[in-house]
Amino acid sequence: MEAIILQVLNGLDKGGAYALIALGLTLVFGTLGVVNFAHGALFMIGAFCAVTFRKLITLEQVVLSKTELSPWGTPLEIRTPYAQQWFGDFGNVLIDYSVPFSLLLAIPVMLLLGIAMERGIIKHFYKRPHAEQILVTFGLAIVLQEIVRTFFGANPNPQPIPQSLQGVAELGVMVGMAKNTITYPIWRLVYLFFSLSVIASVFAFLKFTTFGLVVRAGMSDRETVSMLGINIDKRFTIMFGIAAIVTGFAGVMYTPILPPDYTIGMDFLVLTFIVVVVGGMGSLPGAVLAGFMLGVLQSLASMTEVKDIIPGIDQIIIYLIAVIVLLVRPRGLFGKRGMMEN
Amino acid sequence: MSNIKNGVNRRKVLKGATAGIITAGVAPTIFTKGAWAQEFRNDPKGGDVILGFNVPQTGPYSDEGADELRAYTLAVKHLNGEGDGGMLNTMQPSNLKGNGILGQKVTYVTGDTQTKSDAARDSARRMIERDGALIITGGSSSGVAVAVQALCQEMGTIFMAGLTHSDDTTGKDKKRYGFRHFFNTYMTGAALAPVLKDEYGSDRVAYHLTSDYNWGYTQQRAIKDATEAIGWKTEKTVLTPVGQGDFSQYITPILNSGADVVILNHYGKDMVNSLTQSIQFGLRDRQKNGKNIEIVVPLFSRLMAQGAGDNIKGILGSTNWNWSLQDEGSKAFVKSFGAEYGFPPSMAAHTCYVQTLLYADACERAGTLYPPEVIRALEGHLFDGMGNGPTEYRAEDHQCFKDVLVVRGNANPTSQFDLLEVVQEVPRAQVEYDASIFGGELGPYEVS
Repeated sequence: MEAIILQVLNGLDKGGAYALIALGLTLVFGTLGVVNFAHGALFMIGAFCAVTFRKLITLEQVVLSKTELSPWGTPLEIRTPYAQQWFGDFGNVLIDYSVPFSLLLAIPVMLLLGIAMERGIIKHFYKRPHAEQILVTFGLAIVLQEIVRTFFGANPNPQPIPQSLQGVAELGVMVGMAKNTITYPIWRLVYLFFSLSVIASVFAFLKFTTFGLVVRAGMSDRETVSMLGINIDKRFTIMFGIAAIVTGFAGVMYTPILPPDYTIGMDFLVLTFIVVVVGGMGSLPGAVLAGFMLGVLQSLASMTEVKDIIPGIDQIIIYLIAVIVLLVRPRGLFGKRGMMEN
Repeated sequence: MSNIKNGVNRRKVLKGATAGIITAGVAPTIFTKGAWAQEFRNDPKGGDVILGFNVPQTGPYSDEGADELRAYTLAVKHLNGEGDGGMLNTMQPSNLKGNGILGQKVTYVTGDTQTKSDAARDSARRMIERDGALIITGGSSSGVAVAVQALCQEMGTIFMAGLTHSDDTTGKDKKRYGFRHFFNTYMTGAALAPVLKDEYGSDRVAYHLTSDYNWGYTQQRAIKDATEAIGWKTEKTVLTPVGQGDFSQYITPILNSGADVVILNHYGKDMVNSLTQSIQFGLRDRQKNGKNIEIVVPLFSRLMAQGAGDNIKGILGSTNWNWSLQDEGSKAFVKSFGAEYGFPPSMAAHTCYVQTLLYADACERAGTLYPPEVIRALEGHLFDGMGNGPTEYRAEDHQCFKDVLVVRGNANPTSQFDLLEVVQEVPRAQVEYDASIFGGELGPYEVS
């Protein structure tokens, strides 16, 4: 039983990342009708916002020692972070909480990048076939990857969990079980609650604001909204930027779990596309629910008891479900009638 | 009868014919001794000696490839008499004079393996056929090493592998034209097990997470055999997909298993992720069977360890070489490399640098660049002063034998490079094995 609970937690945690990325992907598809294969790269850029922020706040003053030498005979470099010198204790807090603080950097970076991508490249492909959209966005993803590799190298860049959020939570003890029965990393719980909060915020934004109302109307009937004199294209462009922020957030907060390198976006891209297809192309609730569902199923399938019955199931479960859904219900679990059914 | 009268008989004819055959057969080899040097691929004929450096310049191991390339560049400089000479000053015996190879200047071309077998073979072939490379060397994967080694055997070009740790490279896939300076999984197991016994005792239960590909299988087998030989039990071995990313679903079952040691048979990004996440799940903060749960990473690389950050602190593993070694060869190399680039070399850099010098020295000793003679000069060659103590390139399988380092993640690093502390330099005799146990055939010296 404990094993199942732990795997469900693993699945929810992983599903949180899938859901956030799939939500951004669906926002873009639902508003602009574009299949954006560069979406994984946005997750990667978000992760590297955290890397960049930490690099900036840990910039060091380098003083050459007059007495000590390095092992290769040059004067030893004594390094002190500027943040510590300038801000004292707050500088230390800034360094310790660099990952959550880097969300502040991610907001403008992702918004501008999203808008630049949409205005600079993707808008020219609205009326082109999906195959061409996929090709151009995939090419864009590779370009972004190589840029990041050039500046940050190919090795993973580990990001620390803030000290107060390190260690594990005794979930079993909270429900009256013995110590060490069900423990789970605190940061992963933080990530799960963070992703749920962001998802709730996006839905609230779309549901309770005038901007969201117009966007939802535009998603239902773009032409009619335009005829009312509303510049729906402008709002959709902003939605592209918001989708980029959501995905960037997913990347920032995932960095302590998975030290990011330039390929991290591609690792998630295929899985999140499957999430979107299973949930239903263009369906926001579908993307979220499918993200969590596939995350949980993937974790449960990797249990030894399951693999003993069906060897290798952990590696194919997501694809198997995608095949079944596409055969039985091509529009996905929550897709609009007619979507992908012709 | 008339023949007899004229003094010509069958015996005289045979004598004359034999003498003629001997003359025809032997005389040319007397007059043309050393002339085989003109009959091999890419003979520079007095021009520059071109070396082909085939390293990952793109892809997941490109940082390791960049360090290999730095080391090669430095080796070429030293061979040509530039810089401080590095290990040319410590290598024993040495025939290198700092005047290139056999008096000919050394230059190089590079290729990008991309850590893909096909791409690596293509770039090696391009360097041999188009650029005139005399040897191919480098790389950061066993799959690539085996693929390129087979190509080099076909083309009669010497291959000196870079980072390759699988037993197969000098085992079932060994080739006459291939040499490996790096150690292998068997040697890791043989070196690590006694240290594990000393540190953690002989009553332990191990749980293996293993990368689902050839290197992972050989690494798991080597560690499992070696730890069971010291009395450990193996609770479970679980294969994990390469490039898994999130290992949580493979780590949580360990929490409720009976294992008190977790062995991560992962390398590169998989190692970084599985180790980081194992620590986050609190494995090292828990006890099982009355003992602290320990984590072991059999193959450590400093470059990869950087990716795992603080999580490597206190973790035991093995490595081919480390820049903190205090022998004269290692110190000379670290000094040269550090002065050139501003940071210490990785084990990948050390392997590549040493191999370049060894190839050059073998040419000097053979007195020719002709590959079969250079191979003979390398086979069974004993040397010292290149790090890791007295070293031999075993003739039977072209595997290098030297002391193996057991290392531990440094708890109190003095710099960003001071990540591994050497726990023990395990003597070569402890990691040796019979060359026949892994099978394979070296193949011929002469190839058409």
